[in-house]
Amino acid sequence: MNNPALEIQIIAVIVAVACALPGVFLVLRGMAMMADAITHTILLGIVMAFFVTEDLSSPYLILGAALMGVFTVWLTELLHQTKLLGKDASIGVVFPLLFSIAIILISRYAGSVHLDTDSVLLGELAFAPFDRLLVFGVDIGAKAIYVMGIILLIAVIAVIVFFKELQIATFDPALAAALGFSPVLIHYGLMTMVSVTAVGAFEAVGSILVVAFMVGPPITAYLLTNHLKKMLVISAGIGAFNGIVGFQLAMLADVSIAGMMAVVTGLVFLLVFIIAPEKGLYTGMKRRKMQKKEFEKALKNLL
Amino acid sequence: MKKENPVVTIKHLTVAYDLQPVLWNVNLAIPRGHLMAIVGPNGAGKSTLIKAIMELLKPVAGEITFDLGEHLSKKEERNLIGYVPQNGSVDWDFPATVLDVVLMGRYGHLGWMKRPKEADYALSREMLKRVGMETYENRQISQLSGGQKQRVFLARALVQQPDIYFMDEPFQGVDAQTEKTIVALLKDLKKAGKTVVVVHHDLQTVPTYFDDVTLINREVIESGPVETIFTEENLAKTYQKEANEVREELVE
Repeated sequence: MNNPALEIQIIAVIVAVACALPGVFLVLRGMAMMADAITHTILLGIVMAFFVTEDLSSPYLILGAALMGVFTVWLTELLHQTKLLGKDASIGVVFPLLFSIAIILISRYAGSVHLDTDSVLLGELAFAPFDRLLVFGVDIGAKAIYVMGIILLIAVIAVIVFFKELQIATFDPALAAALGFSPVLIHYGLMTMVSVTAVGAFEAVGSILVVAFMVGPPITAYLLTNHLKKMLVISAGIGAFNGIVGFQLAMLADVSIAGMMAVVTGLVFLLVFIIAPEKGLYTGMKRRKMQKKEFEKALKNLL
Repeated sequence: MKKENPVVTIKHLTVAYDLQPVLWNVNLAIPRGHLMAIVGPNGAGKSTLIKAIMELLKPVAGEITFDLGEHLSKKEERNLIGYVPQNGSVDWDFPATVLDVVLMGRYGHLGWMKRPKEADYALSREMLKRVGMETYENRQISQLSGGQKQRVFLARALVQQPDIYFMDEPFQGVDAQTEKTIVALLKDLKKAGKTVVVVHHDLQTVPTYFDDVTLINREVIESGPVETIFTEENLAKTYQKEANEVREELVE
């Protein structure tokens, strides 16, 4: 396989679907901002793991990032539980602190390594196909396809196997606890999944696109369905669609690929927000107008 | 199992949020097979008591023991205890149908990673029928009225098939039809030998709906059969206490 354009789109679709699955539960839990925080603070985990291993392709980097993601959630909740800070303020304190420590460490000690802040934030999707996976000297495709493919596989299996647990702990944590499904355990399991997905994806597409893929497709799907299972499938589909359309438009306009994908994600949401069959803004306005008309007619008949 | 053993015994239970104790040295025995109302003013700790019994809150001190049968595993015991939270405690815009929510009552029996089977679906439909909601199984939960939401929560507790039910204000904001359905259900559960503990607000209906009453205001004022305990004097003690405290605060 030596078609960079195709490989980039495959990577985008895999990343989009891998982000959409945990993203659905983040959005339903009202934790979209936590995705933003995690996708940035994992950088500190990567940097710290890198100082230990001194190898950018070490799997310990993923471990370090996942631990830092969970640490971010834990620290945020610790602050929030004191009741001295709101949830948003807790995130607002923890996220910049951990992220900027990472930035300082990189700029001071790792300046010569390929770990610069621009690529973390914006990604280098166009360069992703250059990083090949070689097995016994044979090129079997872009490395990102395999790394993200494994993460996607884990996400799909986790969502299928633990669907019932994620559903009950998200809808009614008190009942989940009463029935023996520890909401805390499920919560941290989900957060670990978000962290691992983010660290796998950030190198290829950048943190901003990870956030866009985790939040955009789920909120769009939320407006289109009333079923959790359908919401998961629709989110994955919209994510993949945004990735492909974003790439094509970026090629046409010769602009940043990740940037165009995020823009398409936002525009697709906006479109659905207005014209969604049941919950859309325009649909609601039309319905109210119809009801008003009917009511007036009924009133006239009554008089 | 002797019938006269209380099904739940609470000893010296104290629960605090921050430094302020919400429940203070609560001693209470819940008799088996009775319908018990928990009555008291706002902020008296009624919901807190139920949450502490359900182990959703960690008490500062005290112990709660269940007598549900011998040689039960933790899981089996948990499944014999049903909980109906206040229906305002969840997000009703969650993408789920009525049947989805009722099925959740089976999850404790299923355990981790197992999927609901045909029998679980059948039981859920049966219990929906029992609360008069059989035609609503595919309805999106955000489209339900307050009374319908409450009935869905009741059906969810019923499919769990517990021996003891804890209900947090099931009559709150429901229509007359739902109230009738719930009362009939309570009587049915009693006939089947179940114990039901209900946080209740409406003092007028206590004597007709319940066998026992626990009057509570941070501590248990009195607890026992409605005929002997539900007196004007005891009610005054329960609600008066609040007035006295307010007066004291004003003097300070």
